[in-house]
Amino acid sequence: MAQEVLAALAGNVWKVSVEVGDTVEEDDELFVVEALKMEIPVYSPCDGSVKEIRVKKGDAVEEDDVMAVID
Amino acid sequence: MAIFEHMGVLAVTPGMIVMWLISVTLMYLAIQKRYEPLLLLPIGFGILMANLPLTNLMVPGEGLFWRFYHYGVQWEVIPPVIFLGLGALTDFGPLLSQPRLIFLGAAAQAGVYLTFFAASASGFTLDEAAAIGIIGGADGPTTIFLTAKLAPHLLGACAVAAYSYMALVPIIQPPIMRLLTTENERKIKMKKGRRISAREKLFFPVVASLVIILLVPASAPLIAMFMLGNLFRESKVVERLTETAQNSLLNIVTIFLGLSVGATMNAGNFLRPEVIFIFFLGLVAFIIGTATGVILAKVFNLFTSDKINPLVGGAGVSAVPMAARVAQKMGMEADKKNHLLMFAMGPNIAGVIGTVIAAGIFLTLLG
Repeated sequence: MAQEVLAALAGNVWKVSVEVGDTVEEDDELFVVEALKMEIPVYSPCDGSVKEIRVKKGDAVEEDDVMAVID
Repeated sequence: MAIFEHMGVLAVTPGMIVMWLISVTLMYLAIQKRYEPLLLLPIGFGILMANLPLTNLMVPGEGLFWRFYHYGVQWEVIPPVIFLGLGALTDFGPLLSQPRLIFLGAAAQAGVYLTFFAASASGFTLDEAAAIGIIGGADGPTTIFLTAKLAPHLLGACAVAAYSYMALVPIIQPPIMRLLTTENERKIKMKKGRRISAREKLFFPVVASLVIILLVPASAPLIAMFMLGNLFRESKVVERLTETAQNSLLNIVTIFLGLSVGATMNAGNFLRPEVIFIFFLGLVAFIIGTATGVILAKVFNLFTSDKINPLVGGAGVSAVPMAARVAQKMGMEADKKNHLLMFAMGPNIAGVIGTVIAAGIFLTLLG
C-alpha cells in the first residue's frame, strides 16, 4: 500500500537522499530539511520502494506537505 | 624626550595585559569555536582597544568609543533597535497555536527572580542583583538595556556572561534536562496545535503591545520596537522595511553594540572578585530557568491527557533559537521521528517577552 511521506515541520529541502525506484527500509533517511539553521532528517515511515518524489533540493516545504510516496 | 611620555608602551599596566588575554580568548572563541561570533568578536576587539593606554577612546565627551557607548547604549537606542529586527524575524505562529506553552516561557523566568534574591542576599545592591538575575533570561539586548540603566559598572561582565552562556546553551542544558526527564517523557510526541490565520498574526503585535505596555509601562521601549518589527513582517505591505530591520539595520547596530560593550571593560572595573561571582550566579540563573520550564511541563502533564514533552520547557529560557534546537535534538535522540522544534519555539519566544517584562518590573521597582 502506498504511504505518503509528510514534512514534519516547515523548512527548506536541504538534501534529497533517495531516487525514484530506490528500495528503502523503515527509518532510512529520505530527505534532510533545514529549519532554523538546523538540519533535520526525514525518515521513511515503512519498508518499500520510492514511487514518487515531489520536492527537490532548495524547495520550501510547509508542515504536512507530501514530500514523497513510498510503495 | 617628550615623545617617550606620549608613548603607550611605557604606560601599560599588568591589569591591561590580563584584559588583553581575555580579549584574545573571546576573539578565539568567536572565530574558532563560533561562540556568538557576531557579538563576541566586536566585544573582544573592543576590550583590547579599551585597554591600550593614553588612547582617550573612552574619555567622556571626546573618545570615539565613548560616543558609541553614550549615544548608543546609555541613551538606550541600540537594544530597542535590535528588538525591532528581532520582531521582524519572529513568527508568533508556534506560540499562538499552543497558548498553554506560554506558561513554560514564564516559568523559566524563575531563574531571573531567584538569582536576583540570591545575588542581593550575597551582598550585591538591589540594582546590581537585578542586572545579574536578568542574565538568566538569556537575552543579550535585554541584559544590556537593564544593566546600562541600573548598574552600568557591571555592563561588560553581565553582557559577556549572557552571551557566553547563550553560546553554551547546547552544553549547559542537556544534562539538566536529561536529569529531570525519563526516556518515555522525552519520547512524547506532541499533538499539533491549530493553524494560525494571517489575520490573527497581524492583530497579535498590536494587541500584545497594548496589553503588555498597559500592564508594565517600563517595558515599552523594547516591547514597542519588537512588536513594530513584527507588525512590519505580518502586514506584508512593507517588505523593504521588514528586510532592512531584519538584516542591514540589525547588523549595523550589532557592530556598535558589541564594540561599546567591549570598550566598557577596562581592567579597573572588570578585574574584580565580584565578576567571577557574577559569572557563577548567571550560570545558576540559567540552570534554574531550564529546570523550572521542564518541571512545569511535567506538572501540566499530571492534569492533561494532551501531553507536553517536557523538553520544550527548557526552551523557556529564550536564547532564541538555540534552546529550541536543544529540545529538537534531544527529542530526536529519544525517538528519530519526534520533531519538537516548532513546539519549542512557543516557550522560546514567550521566554523573550517574559524576560523583557521581568526587566520592566525591575525598572519599575528599582529605577
